[in-house]
Amino acid sequence: MATLNVNGKQREYDADADTPLLWVIREQLGLTGTKYGCGMAQCGACTVHIDGVPTRTCVMPASAVSAGAKIVTIEGLSPDGSHPVQKAWAALDVPQCGYCQSGMIMAAAALLTEKPRPTDADINAAMSNICRCGTYNRVRAAIKLVASGGPAPQV
Amino acid sequence: MSETMGLSRRDFLGGSAASAGALVVGFHLPMAGEAQAQNAAVKEVNAWVVVEPDDTVCVRIARSEMGQGTLTGLAQLVAEELECDWAKVTTEYPTPGQNLARNRVWGNFSTGGSRGIRESHDYVRKGGATARVMLVQAAADGWKVPASECRAANSVITHTPTGRTTTFGKVAAAAAMLTPPADVALKDPKDWKLIGKRVKRLDTVDKTNGAQIYGTDLKLPGMLNAAIRDCPVFGGKLKSFDAAAISSRPGVKKVVRVGDTAVAVVADTWWRAHSALRALPVEWDEGPNAQVTSASVAATLKAGLDAPEAVVGTQNGDARAAIAGAARTVQAVYSYPHQNHATMETMNATARWTAERCEVWTPTQNGEAALAATAAASGLPAAKCEVYKLHLGGGFGRRGAVHDWVRQAVTIAKETPGIPVKLIWSREEDMLHGLYHPITQCKLTAAIDKDGNLDGLHMRISGQSILAALFPQNIKDGRDPVVFQGLNASGPESSIGYTVPHLLIDHAMRNPPVPPGFWRGVNLNQNAIYLECFLDEVAHATRQDPLTLRRKLMAKHPRHLAVLDAVAQRVGWDKPAPKGVHRGLAQTMGFGSYVAACAEVSVSDDGVLDIKRIIAATDCGHAVNPQQIEAQVEGSFVYGLSAALFGECTVKGGRMEQQNFDTYQVLRMSQMPPVETIVMPSGGFWGGVGEPTIAVAAPAVLNAIFAATGKRIRDLPLKNHSIKKA
Repeated sequence: MATLNVNGKQREYDADADTPLLWVIREQLGLTGTKYGCGMAQCGACTVHIDGVPTRTCVMPASAVSAGAKIVTIEGLSPDGSHPVQKAWAALDVPQCGYCQSGMIMAAAALLTEKPRPTDADINAAMSNICRCGTYNRVRAAIKLVASGGPAPQV
Repeated sequence: MSETMGLSRRDFLGGSAASAGALVVGFHLPMAGEAQAQNAAVKEVNAWVVVEPDDTVCVRIARSEMGQGTLTGLAQLVAEELECDWAKVTTEYPTPGQNLARNRVWGNFSTGGSRGIRESHDYVRKGGATARVMLVQAAADGWKVPASECRAANSVITHTPTGRTTTFGKVAAAAAMLTPPADVALKDPKDWKLIGKRVKRLDTVDKTNGAQIYGTDLKLPGMLNAAIRDCPVFGGKLKSFDAAAISSRPGVKKVVRVGDTAVAVVADTWWRAHSALRALPVEWDEGPNAQVTSASVAATLKAGLDAPEAVVGTQNGDARAAIAGAARTVQAVYSYPHQNHATMETMNATARWTAERCEVWTPTQNGEAALAATAAASGLPAAKCEVYKLHLGGGFGRRGAVHDWVRQAVTIAKETPGIPVKLIWSREEDMLHGLYHPITQCKLTAAIDKDGNLDGLHMRISGQSILAALFPQNIKDGRDPVVFQGLNASGPESSIGYTVPHLLIDHAMRNPPVPPGFWRGVNLNQNAIYLECFLDEVAHATRQDPLTLRRKLMAKHPRHLAVLDAVAQRVGWDKPAPKGVHRGLAQTMGFGSYVAACAEVSVSDDGVLDIKRIIAATDCGHAVNPQQIEAQVEGSFVYGLSAALFGECTVKGGRMEQQNFDTYQVLRMSQMPPVETIVMPSGGFWGGVGEPTIAVAAPAVLNAIFAATGKRIRDLPLKNHSIKKA
């Protein structure tokens, strides 16, 4: 048994040494919001935060992550979908099929923490996740919406 | 707003196939299943509408949601006629098995060809209208007043003379007992309140918090996981494998032969199944196609460009004579490669098989076809099978016509009776076993008269037929009608927007041993590239402005022209572009809609393309949800530009070379241009919006690249070419 700190809780898991963090999160811990897309860190669907850093987990062995490292998955980004990025995503109806969106949201949340007012170049550099439906322009608009203070309250 | 997948969700929690608590009135079905349905806890006003006592309205959606927004759009159509409170609308999928048992009360489940709304708008609106009439009648009966004195709005029924009110939820049970009216009138479009409104999608929130369950996320009690490897060579077979080499690995339960061509490993987790499969020694019988390469495929297609035998698609006048007698001719050969759908979620299905029943949970574009595949693979009649649809992590045509992954999952599950098995393809498996965008070449020859007018055009398409591979029964006299998408002489589906005095469009079918499929946009994609780029060539050769040339040919095609004019006007075609910016135009018609685009690009001195801006216009007749149409148009540029810039699957040794996103590049955010979408519904028809715009993405950009560089790119993708100015 090994231990990971996921979404604020110490979680025990039992997996072979080479098992990527992605599959421990999905299959051992049951958190399926983080997705498998490519298995070679190309698409970003598996992005989570490790100590705040957006990390592609499909190629990172879980055994390489220390028990104290703070892992946050899409399920732990906010308790109730109230993270500014989630609110902006909902306000602009960003997702289409939605499969890549957990990774997109995690990448965007990390970017906005690091750079609250990102330039287009910052967005381009940080958001290399693949979306096949084609949500890129709404992703960009939603990031800018957060940067400018978030969606107006619903009346 | 919660979106429920009630039946399937309940079922994988171990419940019965009946949704609880809701009120149901049966459509009176002339079949044995009716009594059972009436006795069950299922309560509905009719097949489309379930009203709960708290006024929540659940709209049944037969088509599949894969990102295109059909779930929301179809719910809008039903709710418009139902006159319910939109804030209380939820949705659910009926199952294919229920559709079968109820004599296809929900019609066609197939979700492709941008057909979701345009094919079912009539009967789903009638479903909503019928339910409204029954609810109003039930209220009127309760008040003992004529129904004609009552009105429904926002889920409230009012007796107009007295002002008495009740709600849908209160009368739903009584409404359920009424006989449905034989016919109902639909609203005049001018009275629509919800259709045409930019309402939010019903399925967004769960896609922002990780709660949306896709096929790969499904978990059933006691479930095992499977990974599969199919012979990588098209047409090859599985010769042997050494199960003993991996059977002692942790978690491995079984190594299973799947049909003649594949082997699967079943383990406690998918990662263990996948890892063990990678370590499994396998020998393949590579079969007759082991030497096939992209070059050999191209040579086969090239021969078709001048073959004497070809099937005519569209013809008027005598194009060959016009070309023979022309003052001058212009000729060019174009080609378009194989593409993989590359859905973000790879193919997957969970199957549970016993000798009495087989159930499958899967993301599918066609639940009924998935049910048929389940029945075929299970050895059970369809009545003893069921499919539970899950939201798709992308579809794009891959998950509709052929359910190869479902057959595999069921075949594997037969080895573990009673124990559900979830099969997930690796990305590599997904790339090696696609149903690829058909490969074609096209030779275009224009006859130019002495005044520089286009007098004749021969467009010879050579290449692959999707129908020949998937639905050969639909080929009549050797003609695959799908080949001519966007090039038909007339019709509401995909007609050509030009009148050329002498026109011949024909097809020499050449089918390489690579399985083709319907790839979002289908044959409209390359047909629009061929025609729209070649017309640009003709304009250049005859020293005409590309818009002027097109307009001359489009006088009899006002709807095609209107969208083209709209983009030209928005971009300011009659004024010079900003310095260093160059423009390209394209228009086409497909999937019942008219679309056009203008691309503005710059090309740097060292040949780097920068797509500055795209203007796109769509006339889809009736626009149900303009903000979702905009999303589809934007997404279409991502899909179309991915193909134009990077997309190709090349064959070597009888198999695909690209196995993941490192070699199969797709458009990313940094490469995505701004898109300005003009939604200009002219009314009177229902066109699709998920696909047509893809076809104008590439030709608009290619024509702009020519304007910028003088380089004409005729075979895609662009990554294989230098566009450094000559």
